[in-house]
Amino acid sequence: MEVFMKLLENFQYIQWQHVAMWVIGGILIYMAVAKEMEPTLLLPMGFGAILMNLPVAEVGTGVQAVINALFSIGIDYHELFPLLLFVGIGAMIDFGPLLSNPKMMIFGAAAQFGIFFTLFVASIFFPELKDAASIAIIGAADGPTAIYVAKMLGSNYIAPIMVAAYSYMALVPLVQPPVIRLCTTKKERLIKMKYEGKDVSRTTKILFPIVVTMIVAVFAPDAVALIGFLMFGNLLRECGVTNSLSDTAQNVLANLITIFLGITIAARMRAEEFLQIETLIIMGLGLVAFVVDTMGGVMIAKLMNLFLPEGKKLNPMIGAAGISAFPMSGRVVHKMGLEEDSSNFLLMHSISVNVSGQIASVIAGGLILALMGGK
Amino acid sequence: MFLASPAVEGISKADALVAAILGYAVVFVGLILLMIVVIILGKSMVKAAKTKKEAPATVAPTVTDDATAPGSAGEVKLYDVPDRTAAMLMAIVAEKTGRPLNELRFKSIKEVKEV
Repeated sequence: MEVFMKLLENFQYIQWQHVAMWVIGGILIYMAVAKEMEPTLLLPMGFGAILMNLPVAEVGTGVQAVINALFSIGIDYHELFPLLLFVGIGAMIDFGPLLSNPKMMIFGAAAQFGIFFTLFVASIFFPELKDAASIAIIGAADGPTAIYVAKMLGSNYIAPIMVAAYSYMALVPLVQPPVIRLCTTKKERLIKMKYEGKDVSRTTKILFPIVVTMIVAVFAPDAVALIGFLMFGNLLRECGVTNSLSDTAQNVLANLITIFLGITIAARMRAEEFLQIETLIIMGLGLVAFVVDTMGGVMIAKLMNLFLPEGKKLNPMIGAAGISAFPMSGRVVHKMGLEEDSSNFLLMHSISVNVSGQIASVIAGGLILALMGGK
Repeated sequence: MFLASPAVEGISKADALVAAILGYAVVFVGLILLMIVVIILGKSMVKAAKTKKEAPATVAPTVTDDATAPGSAGEVKLYDVPDRTAAMLMAIVAEKTGRPLNELRFKSIKEVKEV
């Protein structure tokens, strides 16, 4: 009997907060499996949330100690996991469409408006500027950048920021279309843009990651780690002599880091840290960031159209692809173009804008760090 | 507890507003600079390629072709296929395979004419 009671002793440690976190973990797993929303991250995060909230006599022992150790090594220690993931992302991105039409970079910058707007709004709710800035970076629509900035600034809300960032990235196909429709007229959405794909030499493609790293080092020195690893991955892809390394970075490395990153973030999903009213506010502010990002990109395109002659006008929808969520955002805009007119192909334009958003979001992250004085 | 802290008032919000305006402006300047650099880089590469072609001891044209990395629509060779049709075909392939266009490599698109 005593042995039996010993087996059940953990029951006494179950609290309603644990159950709430299991439900949250379950929702994340459901979103990943049933809705296929960012499954590679939401699934490990959901399961990690359950692991971190199992009833134990002593908090931080057993499996929780292992996850905490992963957090120490992978995130606490020089933000290793997000940076390594950036090598994989860099190897996946083809900057060719952007290099063939560099003017599209304007939209990458424009669509970062949500970050800076949210920074101001978040400062109303959160007393510490480091928290407001970390929440604002959800608008970068880029998980590794959000983790890196929040960690560097020492935010108290890393877990909710991560959950918001990845959830909204997964929800881009639902969040962006209504905002784009709200900001544009039918006539604007029907504008066709001619794609003049120019040849981009191999030398240009090789020089690009090197030059970008150097320019970012001047403008946003705090972003060098992020942009450096991103561009290192891209250099592996474009140099043409390290194809096996590029393949490894794109597949093995990116997948391996993703597995551990998701479950590691769960280290900060303990009930006492996560179940706060601030989590709901952060989710709300994250949505604001995504919406304003989208509006910023679209509005700049509309503004540019005022000065462009007929025949050269831009379809303002492509501005929305300037948020970094790559490649979802580019595809959303392309699909919307096809829905309006089945012969309107915006993919090459929207992908150009989308990759420029990737660079812009990293620069914005670095600037936030510089302005807030990250460690 | 947030909202109740005296630190919320005044300086934090003002700092946030300044940081927001300044940050957004610098992102724009940075990206515009990058755009200018890329345009200059692109033009100088085109110029260098032209000079190379004009030189008497030119290398066989196939070398120039090989020198461009595959992967984007701009490098697809089209045989009797209009740009618009090519774009349509590439978009369809991307859609059907469920992979982003930039991960697909199109080397050439050729119309197969019925005899």
